[in-house]
Amino acid sequence: MLDDFFIRALLAGIGIAIVTGPLGCFVVWRRLSYFGDTLAHSALLGVTLAYSFELNIALSVFIISSLVALILIQLQKKTNLPGDALLGLLAHSSLAVGLVVIGFLTFIRFDIMGLLFGDILAVTVNDLIIIWIGGALILLVLKLIWKPLFASTVNYELAEAEGLNPDRAKAIFTVLMAAIIAISIKMVGLLLITGMLIIPAAMARNISDSPQKMVIFSIIGGLLSVIIGLFSSLEFNTSSGPSIIAASLFLFILSLLKIKQTVQLKN
Amino acid sequence: MNSNKDILVKLNNAGFRQREKWLVEGVSLEVKKGKIVTLIGPNGSGKSTTAKIALGIYKNIEGSVEKYTDKVGYVPQKISIDWTLPLRVNDFMVLTENIKDDAINEALSLTGVIHLKNKNLGSLSGGEFQRVLLARAISKKPELLVLDEPVQGVDYTGEIALYELIKKISDTLNCGILLISHDLHTVMSATDHVVCLNGHVCCSGSPSDVARNNEYKTLFGEQASQILSVYEHNHDHEHSHEGDIKKN
Repeated sequence: MLDDFFIRALLAGIGIAIVTGPLGCFVVWRRLSYFGDTLAHSALLGVTLAYSFELNIALSVFIISSLVALILIQLQKKTNLPGDALLGLLAHSSLAVGLVVIGFLTFIRFDIMGLLFGDILAVTVNDLIIIWIGGALILLVLKLIWKPLFASTVNYELAEAEGLNPDRAKAIFTVLMAAIIAISIKMVGLLLITGMLIIPAAMARNISDSPQKMVIFSIIGGLLSVIIGLFSSLEFNTSSGPSIIAASLFLFILSLLKIKQTVQLKN
Repeated sequence: MNSNKDILVKLNNAGFRQREKWLVEGVSLEVKKGKIVTLIGPNGSGKSTTAKIALGIYKNIEGSVEKYTDKVGYVPQKISIDWTLPLRVNDFMVLTENIKDDAINEALSLTGVIHLKNKNLGSLSGGEFQRVLLARAISKKPELLVLDEPVQGVDYTGEIALYELIKKISDTLNCGILLISHDLHTVMSATDHVVCLNGHVCCSGSPSDVARNNEYKTLFGEQASQILSVYEHNHDHEHSHEGDIKKN
């Protein structure tokens, strides 16, 4: 069964959606969408380095994205530049450096489109193992840091005052972001990973009144997006990554109808 | 009995500077079990800063702070909660610690907001939210409570009831309370120790000592001095309009 590329893609997508659901909620709550983008852009450099030194792609992307996150934190401390300028600087320069390095690697033929937008055919059994084991680890760590991370998302000073060590939780969360990008890059591509993080969570926000519900709806939204997206990409012969994101946009629009309904009820 | 064992938090000549400006400096105080220490002083005198130093929120401080407990409840003066978060009162109550449902209900009943338990936090009024903040801080049964203007926005009768509650909590839980308040009546009646701040410690002592102090009179004006009798008192410095200190 795993021989079938479509089944592999489906399993990979399901594994990723279960992890991006809760992580995406934090991305929305903590306003980190551009941060996610920046890490994803830096992943290109990770991929090219993986090819140059024959490393595992997920591992190489994880290392480079973590490094970029560390550099960002240092730049935030040392310079007076606003956060969005620093994010833009790192996102575009790491993307550019990645593309320049590709230029030097004339001995390898790169599927740039596959890297940018994901490639359904590229998912191997090995990738599946990385996605499911890596994903399980990410969820486990997220569960462990949930309390301090969530408390400091609501209010940093309360968390700090009551002894939850929010700085450590934030640093660990940054590593988890790098990790999810590393394991999902082949599937959705580096331009669309942030969409996978944000759109299901945004959809979930529209229909939830508690954080737990939002996490659950976000996971369900991600799963539906993967299933609808992949089946329609098979049906209409469209690329998989964009189809998944388009499906999640469709779900988001549906969730807006629910808001409209509630507003009407209130009136 | 060794009285030092009762100390929950102690500030030694502590101060905090932000962008080359001292927010507060040279503060020494200690909060002991079962005692209420109140910080008073005009706006910008460093009351909240002192509370945050005591809580360990500010890291690069002058002087030192010794904290002997991890069971802390905090009611901040300002709290900005981002409404991208769907958060009910019930979720907020277990924010920093998993508390049993009984304890949540008890705390919400004590502050008079049990009926709001399943309401969205964003839909509360200022006074209701303040009562929820206080309920959250006491539901943990903390050893140290830091209350930064805990009754702001609460209606007058509620205010008196909540101050009575705070006094009761200090007795029943035997916890130490660092209180910041503008209500001098309450301060003078319920407090064990008063610290009067104006960028530094102007005067401190028992409520009656402080009320007799001329610094206190200067800071709070005639109205405050009418509350309690005021004696002439030696006075080693005064303040310019900028809050600088001029030695006499």
